[in-house]
Order: sequence, then structure tokens, then C-alpha cells
Amino acid sequence: MSKNLLSSAVFAGLIAGSVAALLQFLFVIPLLLEGELYETGARLHFLSDGMTQSEKGTPGLGGEWDRHIMTVVFNVISYTGYALVLVAAMGFAKAQRGLELSANSGLIWGLCGFIAVQLAPAVGLPPELPGTPAAELAPRQVWWLSTIIATAVGLSLIAFARTGLWQIAGGILILLPHLIGAPHLDTYFGVAPPELSAEFVTQSLGMAAIGWSVMGYFAGYFLSRSED
Amino acid sequence: MTTQTANIATTRTGFGAYVLALTVGVALLTVSGMAQATVLHDAAHDQRHAMAFPCH
Repeated sequence: MSKNLLSSAVFAGLIAGSVAALLQFLFVIPLLLEGELYETGARLHFLSDGMTQSEKGTPGLGGEWDRHIMTVVFNVISYTGYALVLVAAMGFAKAQRGLELSANSGLIWGLCGFIAVQLAPAVGLPPELPGTPAAELAPRQVWWLSTIIATAVGLSLIAFARTGLWQIAGGILILLPHLIGAPHLDTYFGVAPPELSAEFVTQSLGMAAIGWSVMGYFAGYFLSRSED
Repeated sequence: MTTQTANIATTRTGFGAYVLALTVGVALLTVSGMAQATVLHDAAHDQRHAMAFPCH
């Protein structure tokens, strides 16, 4: 089964990473490249006379093939990494509780993974356009990782605990990082238009939701198939 | 006989298998999302922004 765990994760990661990369090229990377125009100063939104105005429009993907190939490669690596963690959790839940794994149940696992790994940290630390000044790296990484773990444990308690008290504890655990609050600067420094930053957040989260759904679906599919 | 052996192998998963999958997964994510080496950081740059890794 350890071989099944690994191969299921690799296949699911390969499929989800490729789909996610394709979606990012269609929806996310053009916004990211538009953000870089403000990062480099090629485009200015906040002018010294108090006016805020700039032309809307992405520069397009351009011909930087090396850069874009790397984006595909690292998407596959990231999604395979997340898939390995996900299949470990799915396999463990099956072994402990006798859960039936399938493509359909995998979809729910994938969506819960999206909530824990993408959505919950983004509530406190929104996905950032390049060039967005932010608080010190280390505290943000600690908050990010703690939020992922707290949300994953909280969701597991809600899904698998046998008493309501533990389920309530799970809910509190999910809220806890947000009650503590993510590390932020006490000044706004953003150079990009607020509309562009907001669109980048919603597009990247939306596409990640699809990526995680695809990953969970195929992780469940390959895990259940390998048991026949 | 062969089938039986396969069944035993697939239904019993040692705890080690989960730890292995988890460890390899976290190692891959460290490379793709966290490692600060310039070459890695630049190559993974767009993907890190798109996946919202806090990497710089």
C-alpha cells in the first residue's frame, strides 16, 4: 500500500499540477505580470499630485518560455507534495475508521485541503502581487503554517470526533489563528491599484480551488483503484 | 495464491507508509514553496505567488 500511496499521489499531483498551471496561465499569471509593471515603475497608479489613475490591461504572457515552463514544473512539484500529504491523511483515515475511499469522497478531501491550505491562510494573509511590501517573513511563515495545521486539525475533529464537545473544539481551533491575527505592517505601502490586487486574490484562490478539487478527485480515484 | 498475497499487502499499511508519504510531501513543498536559494526562488517565483506561499 505504501507504493499505492506514493503512485496515487504522483498521478494526482501530475494531473492537478498541470491543470492548475494551465488555469494560472489563463487567469492568474497575466494579472501577476500586470502587477509587475507597477512593481518596476513601468506603470504608476498613485501619482504625486494625489490623483489615482492608470490604464488597465495585462502585458500578456510574452515569450518568456523558460519562466513559464518553470511555473508548470513547480506547480507539479507543489501539487505532488500536497497530494502526498493528502493521500497519507486519506489512507490513515481509512485504516483507522474504515472509510471508503473513492473519487467522490476524494473531492471532499480535496476541497477540505483547499480550505485548510489556501483559503484559511488567505483570510489573514491575502495572496500578494509581486512588489507588495509585507511584514517580516518569519512571523508570516509561522502564522501561515500554524493556520494550515490548526484548520486541518479542526476540520478533522469536526469530521471524525465522536462527541460534540470535540467538534466544537475543532471549530474554535479553526477560528483561533484569526482571533490572534496575522502579522501585518502598520502602514499601507502597495503600489498596485486596489482593484488589481483584489482581482489577483479572487482569481488565484478560485483557480487553487479547482486545482485542489482535481487533486482530491484523482487521489481518491487512484487510491480506490489500486485496492481492487 | 498470488492474488491472496497481493490482498494482504494492500490491506495492511504500516504506519511507516503514512510517515514516508508525509515526509516526501513536505520535502517537495519545502523546495517548491519555501527554499530561499536564489535560483530556486526565481524559478518558482510565479508559482509561489499564484499559490500564495509566504516566501518573501
